[in-house]
Formats: sequence, structure tokens, C-alpha cells
Amino acid sequence: MESYALLIAATLNAGTVLAIAALGLLINEKVGVVNLGAEGMMLCSAIAGFAAVVHTGSDLLGFLAGMGAGALLGAIFGVMVIYLGTNQYATGLALSLFGVGFSAFVGISYVQEKLPPRLQFEIPFLADIPLLGAAFFKQHPLVYGVIAFAMALIWFFYKTRTGLVLRSVGESPESAHALGYSVRRIRFLAVMVGGALCGLSGAYISVVYTPLWVEGMVAGKGWIALALTTFATWRPARILLGAYLFGGVTMLQFHLQGLGVQVPSQFLSALPYLATIVVLAMISRNPVWIRVNMPASLGKPFHPSS
Amino acid sequence: MLKLELRPQASEFWRYASPVLALLITVALGIGLFVLLGKDPLRGLQMFFWEPVKSAYALGELMVKATPLLVIALGLAVCFRSNVWNIGAEGQFVIGAVAAGGVALLADKETGRWIVVVVVLAGVAGGMFWAGITAWLRDQFHANEILVSLMLVYVADMVLGYLVYGPWKDPAGYNFPQTKTFEAVTQIPRLMSGSRVSVGLILALTGVAAVWVFLFRTRSGFAQQVGGLAPSAARYAGFSSRKALWLALLTSGGAAGLAGALEVAGPIGQLTPYIPSGYGFAAIIVAYVGRLHPIGIVFSAILMSMFYIGGELAQSRMGLPKSITGVFQGLLLFSLLACDTLMAYRLRWQSGRA
Repeated sequence: MESYALLIAATLNAGTVLAIAALGLLINEKVGVVNLGAEGMMLCSAIAGFAAVVHTGSDLLGFLAGMGAGALLGAIFGVMVIYLGTNQYATGLALSLFGVGFSAFVGISYVQEKLPPRLQFEIPFLADIPLLGAAFFKQHPLVYGVIAFAMALIWFFYKTRTGLVLRSVGESPESAHALGYSVRRIRFLAVMVGGALCGLSGAYISVVYTPLWVEGMVAGKGWIALALTTFATWRPARILLGAYLFGGVTMLQFHLQGLGVQVPSQFLSALPYLATIVVLAMISRNPVWIRVNMPASLGKPFHPSS
Repeated sequence: MLKLELRPQASEFWRYASPVLALLITVALGIGLFVLLGKDPLRGLQMFFWEPVKSAYALGELMVKATPLLVIALGLAVCFRSNVWNIGAEGQFVIGAVAAGGVALLADKETGRWIVVVVVLAGVAGGMFWAGITAWLRDQFHANEILVSLMLVYVADMVLGYLVYGPWKDPAGYNFPQTKTFEAVTQIPRLMSGSRVSVGLILALTGVAAVWVFLFRTRSGFAQQVGGLAPSAARYAGFSSRKALWLALLTSGGAAGLAGALEVAGPIGQLTPYIPSGYGFAAIIVAYVGRLHPIGIVFSAILMSMFYIGGELAQSRMGLPKSITGVFQGLLLFSLLACDTLMAYRLRWQSGRA
């Protein structure tokens, strides 16, 4: 039983990484922008966050550094696709390729570095409940934070005027423009916020999730987060659900190995990627359903004079 | 302030000038990076642009690295022109190498030289199979090919890892995760002694001609591109989008698999966990910088090969991390995309606020 409690705890932790990034990408996609650079942004933020903690000793500054790096890269991406009208897929891809190289380049001197001792978090009293305490109440604050953030995002998108404007920019940029909203500025800000969240996720990986720096340590989580937005048909609550589902698959491999299941370890390591493919195929099977839910201008550039 | 003004027609001049300008911007950023790191920028430029071309041997090595990039990028050009986004060429490269390696391991002392042909064909088939999974999922389930092909890169690495750590491990290899060295008969023939340039280069150049003829001189090549540029026009003309999808992915997968076979039965000579080299990703940049045109890709493949060799030299002689290659590759693609804006738009100075 104890091991199941730990499995749940690890699942929530792994799901948090994916959820933060996927919610950021959701904000991008709600205004009509696909950012395939998530993996690269997360890698750069992971090293930025890690380096900040090494030098300052403060996790908070590490998260801020990660968010800053993510927002900066998001801004570069935004200038290119929104103001220069470059192809979103190609530009995102460029960002990912650049991020992989750049993070490895900058990170080379941090490979051996160690972080100051990690804090153990627990919620007083609740953490002492047998099993439940270990499963749910000994987590990093961000694990709870991301749930609150997803709730806030639901309220923001569907209950506030600004949220409505944001969605209209993604659904019909022409109408939003005709109503006097600056489509490009709104898209740019959303892309920066999305970048900052991918950055937070990257920093969470290198500071909390696996507190060290290894080249390419994001290991496809940026791409899985991108798949999650489709999986969730662009709804914040489903993103949270999907993130925990994938977090669970990631953790299952360690659990199965622990149980001594006779399967090659490579097969277990491939599970999260295989699961992403299978789930993506199942969700996409009905193209009408996807089209109804997908922001209508997704991937399309907008030029105000046209 | 500066303002972008839509051109009535895309500029022919900038179509060709933009990659050159992008390269100049990348070089300028590179010089800045060297200065920032306290390294002599002239020496840095020498590593990237002079050392790789200064002797016949160096030129040979340049071709050795350019060959797989050229082969993969040719396939990707066909794929991207059809508006199919296969970004998992790296995985198809790895599976091609695995399939080719599997055949090569079957050879023994008595096997004839014909085995080389089977090795190469196995590589092509492996790459096609891996890309075919993406095509099938897109065709039957409408699954996004970008994400599926990318996820399959990680799966391909696991397949390779399983084989070299498990059933295919060399029993006499001191427990290193690698297969036994392939028999000499499986080796891709070299063009001349004293250089590692192989028949692969000839295959690659034949591929350049073949892709050129296919794209610009055949009806199906035309249909392929119409589907990419104007899907509704293609539908009206009766061109099948499903056929285009399969053709695009099988071509690019086969090309990546071929590159994998040429590498593993050429310079490498055995399967190791280090087969995934990033060529599949770099080839995306090669394809773009070469304007998705077979002739352009020849030049960009050579340029990217210089980046690789320059990066290795910068590591051994200047103490810089090898990953500087990746930084420059990314910067080059970024600059190119930004410069391409000049194709569709013209820059205008405008006084005051518009």
C-alpha cells in the first residue's frame, strides 16, 4: 500500500511538469498561435533556473529566471511569427533546435554542479494521515499551485470579458480587429505568457523534479505538453487530467521495474511516447470534433491591413 | 518608424539573397559569441570556414558528413513541399540504421559482396516502415504527423537501445553496449583509397537529379506540390491527398533510412547507442536553407557539414563545447526565417505614426 501512495505522489509531481507547460501552450493556442518551440524553451529555462539556484541558493529566483528565459524566447518567437509573419511551424521548430543546442552549450559548466539541500514540503496535520498524507500532502507548493491556476484559467477564459476577447482573437481575428482590439498585441502578450509558463515548467524540472542539469533533460516533455492541448480539446480542466494521466504512465515504468516485472527497461521508457501516440490517434479519430473545439485561426498569421 | 509593406509579388531577388544574408547574420552573431567568450573570433571563423576546405583530405571529410545530410534533406524537401510535416527523420534514420545493421550482422566470412545491396535496401525499408507508421496514423486517425513522427524518434532510440544492450550485444565485447563489428563485405564501397568518401556520395548526387526530375518534370511531382500549396485546387484537379501524404512520408522516410544504412555500414561499422547523431534534425535546417530545392540543398548540406566539422575543431583546438554547432544551426534557421520576410514584404521608413 505504501508504494501506491508514493506512486500517486510521484504521478502528481510528474503531471505538474506537463500541466504547467501545457496550460502555457493552451494560452498560446487559444489566441491562434502554435508554438512548436516548447521543448527548446523548456530546456533553456531548465538551465537558466538551475544556474540561478546554483548561484543564489534561492529556488524562487530559479523559478523567476526560468520564467524570464521562457518569456524572452517566447517574445523572440512572437516577434517573428506575429510581426514578421514567418511560418509558425518552421519558427517553432527553429526555436526547439536552437534551444537544444544553446542549453547544452551554456549548461556544459553546470553538469557537475549540485544544488543546496532540497526542502521537504508538507501540509501540517494533513501530511500525518496514513497513506493519504504521503500520497497527496507532501508535495511542492507548485503542485497545488497549478491546480489553482487551472481553475483560475477556466474562470478567466469563460467568465471574464478579457478572456472572451482572447478567445475571439483565436476564433476570428478579423472580427476582433474590426471591434478595435489589437490582435497582434494580444497575441504577442499571450505568447510571452505561454513562454513564461513553459519556462516555469522547465525550471521546475531542473530545480525540483530531478534537481540536476543533464543535456536534453526535458526529454520530449515539451512535445508531450503540445500533444496534451489537442488531447484536452483546448479545455484547461482536461489538460490537468491529461497531465496526471501521462504523469502516471511515466511513473508506472519505475513502479513496474520495482515490482520486478520482466519487461525490457527500454520498452517501459518508451511508454510515455507510445501512450502519447495512441491517445493522439484516438482523440483525433473524429476530425469534426477536433475542428469544432480547435481555435479557428490556429496556425494562421494575421496581418491587420489584409 | 520601420514598416512592412506587402509586395504585390514575391521578390525573386530575395528568394536567393535571403539565405546568403541569413548566413552573414549567423556569422556576425557567431563573431559576437566568440568575443563574448573571450576567444579569438578570427580563429573561430577559421575553424568553421577554412579548416574544412583547406586540403583534399579535409574536403573528403566534408563530403562524408554532407552525404547523410544531403540524402535526408532531399527526402524532406519532397515532404515539406507537399505540406506534410515529417520532423521525425532522426527516428527514421535510426531505424534505417538498425535494419541495415541487422542484415549486416547476418553476414559471415563466406558471404558475397552482394550483401551490401541488401544492407542498403534494408535501411531504406526500415526508414519507410517507421515513416509509414506516421502516415498510417495520419491517414486513418488524422493524428498530427508533427507530434507522431517526433514521438517516434524517442521510440526509435529505445528500440536501438534495447537491441544493443540486449539480444544484439557482442558477446565478446566486454559487455559494452554495441554489436560486433560488421564483416568487411558489408562495408559500403569507398570511392578511392586515402579518403572515407564512399559510393554514398554518388547515390546522394543521383538523388539530387532524381528529386529535381520528379518535382519539376513529372505530373505526380506537380500534383504533390499543388496539394501542398493549394489543397482545394488539388482536390478540384482530382489529385489524391492521401496518395500525396503516403508518398511524402515514404519518400522522406526511405531517404532517412538510406542515410542511416550508409552511416552504419560506412564510417561507423557497427551498431552502438551513439547512432542517433542529430542528422535527422539538422537536415530540416538543410532543407529549408536550400529553399527545398535539390540544387540549393547541395550547398546547404555542405554548409551544415562545415558547421559540424567546425564545431568538432572548436572543441579540440579552442576548448569550446561541441554543442556550439547546434547553436549556429538554430541561429541560421532563425535568421533565414526572419530574412524570408523580405521576400513577401518591403521595408519602408515612415515618418511619424501611421
